[in-house]
Amino acid sequence: MAASLVAPDTHSPMEDAEALRKAFKGWGTDEKAIISILGHRNAVQRQQIRQAYEELYQEDLVKRLESELSGDFEKAVYRWILDPADRDAVLANVAIKKAETDFHVIIEISCILSPEDLLAVRRAYHYRYKRSLEEDVAAHTSGDLRKLLVALVTAYRYAGHEINERVAKSEADILNDAIKDKAFNHEEVIRILSTRSKAQLIASFNRYRDEHGISITKNLLVDSDEGTLQKALHAAIRCINDPRKYFEKTVRNAIKENGTDEDALTRVIVTRAERDLKDIKELYYQRNSVSLDHAVAKETSGDYKAFLLTLLGKED
Amino acid sequence: MALPNELEALTEAFSGHGIHEQALVSILGKWHPEERKSFRKGSPHFFVEDERNFERWDDHHVRLLKHEFMRFKNAVVLWTMHPWERDARLAKEALIKKGPQSHGILIEIACTRSAEELLGARRAYHSLFDHSLEEDVAHHINGSERKLLVALVSAYRYEGSKVNDDAAKSEAKTLFNAIKDANKRKPIDDEEVIRVLTTRSKPHLQAIYKHYKEISGKNIDEDLDADLRLKETVQCICTPQKYFSQVLNTALKRDLDKNTKKALTRVIVTRADTDMKEIKEEYNTLYGVSLSKKIEDTANGNYKDFLLTLIARGG
Repeated sequence: MAASLVAPDTHSPMEDAEALRKAFKGWGTDEKAIISILGHRNAVQRQQIRQAYEELYQEDLVKRLESELSGDFEKAVYRWILDPADRDAVLANVAIKKAETDFHVIIEISCILSPEDLLAVRRAYHYRYKRSLEEDVAAHTSGDLRKLLVALVTAYRYAGHEINERVAKSEADILNDAIKDKAFNHEEVIRILSTRSKAQLIASFNRYRDEHGISITKNLLVDSDEGTLQKALHAAIRCINDPRKYFEKTVRNAIKENGTDEDALTRVIVTRAERDLKDIKELYYQRNSVSLDHAVAKETSGDYKAFLLTLLGKED
Repeated sequence: MALPNELEALTEAFSGHGIHEQALVSILGKWHPEERKSFRKGSPHFFVEDERNFERWDDHHVRLLKHEFMRFKNAVVLWTMHPWERDARLAKEALIKKGPQSHGILIEIACTRSAEELLGARRAYHSLFDHSLEEDVAHHINGSERKLLVALVSAYRYEGSKVNDDAAKSEAKTLFNAIKDANKRKPIDDEEVIRVLTTRSKPHLQAIYKHYKEISGKNIDEDLDADLRLKETVQCICTPQKYFSQVLNTALKRDLDKNTKKALTRVIVTRADTDMKEIKEEYNTLYGVSLSKKIEDTANGNYKDFLLTLIARGG
């Protein structure tokens, strides 16, 4: 897993806080300074800067940034400055509150994060919203989608590597039956995807491929008017099977559409910059023969563009 | 010659919950062969007259005796265990044993523990059994109960006191309607019933409990008589001391199967550090007798002493 973020080994939180303060002073804001500092700090360092800023100026850095910045740039910086678990809680809440719940975000958080990281998100959600994540997901969804999403966000998967071959075979068969009959409200599919360990699921997916000669994700290929549940199941399987490929596709679609989907683009870059964005960039280049930096530069502009490119690893 | 009250005492020593070790030592230990023979002849429920002219221990009873001797040991082991391991093992046993009670035990663990305690149990389950708790629950249980139980063991409820009272009122109404329409669809199959009971915080559910009574005139668990699992869920979340008192009362009866008897150890060991004081008060209110007295009358020996000591802690 290779991160794209470029951050120094040591920094002075005090100096950074002072520099940011200077960037806010006077008419207008020095966005370049903000990008050059925050865009080069990891989560621990950003937390220290927030603390230093609070101590020095008795003000919440996050609130100040919210008032100084605007548009897609502000959204991106806001998400970036939050602690990762808190950020995912915010992203989940935004996704839930949409008129039609953006299930992709919920699925990403619940299927890609490690079991402990998902727990951290659930705690952060308690703290911020005074309700549980599953409570809100359940209240804003219904039917089979609700069953799937609630099951996914409440999972606390076994994190070991042991797998049971017999179970892999029988559950690959169950998944196959469900796909063949298109009976996606099949309780068993939800049970398998939401309770089995990642190792066990990958064993089942591999077994599926061995038995049917085609990967399970290809067999779930969706035409645009397939149901929401099928799309969600597809996303869950892809997230579990190969998160980097999933993100490559998400970011490719975000840039491809008429009018960039900034929310999706920001989400992928901000949440993966310290994890595996470099790997996603490589996949992107292999698939599209053009670098992700280049594509982002072409489709975005201004401070938003500069910030994204910094997180992507561009040297100043 | 064995005295009649000694015979009676010894019969008592072998009956009920646990074994009266001291009686066995002081009575049985000193009996000569003729006295032991007269005990065998005088206890047809322990000994059968074999066709080859001797009194033979009844196999079934010997097996039961083994459990009674182990009752103290099991209580000690369970008590000493880390609460996480304890709940994980109780949950696993509930899944394997598959008696009618066993699903109730899963509900008890999922609903009476705090969010962090339940999480801890799930962690311990990973370590002990190389699977997640919800994985095994989902694998071993089918149908409507599966949805309820998986959701209950997976919950990580908000534990603050903030409650949206309007939502609580409206959800009380939703539950009321679902229960009213039970002949059209069982409440356990109603996705809104499941959503409310398995995701809302405990304070929120307690607010719903209150509003429900205002709407229906009866408490929601009273209206759920036809749906045992939902009833248990509501009781465990909203009136846990009442729930535990009822389980204890059932477990303290005579002539029970061994699984029902186990509830006595389970409840006392798992609640002794939490709400035992409140459970004792509720027990007294419900049944007009003190829990200690009931245990004194029904249990034996070291097992009895151990339980009484546990429940006397903290007043």
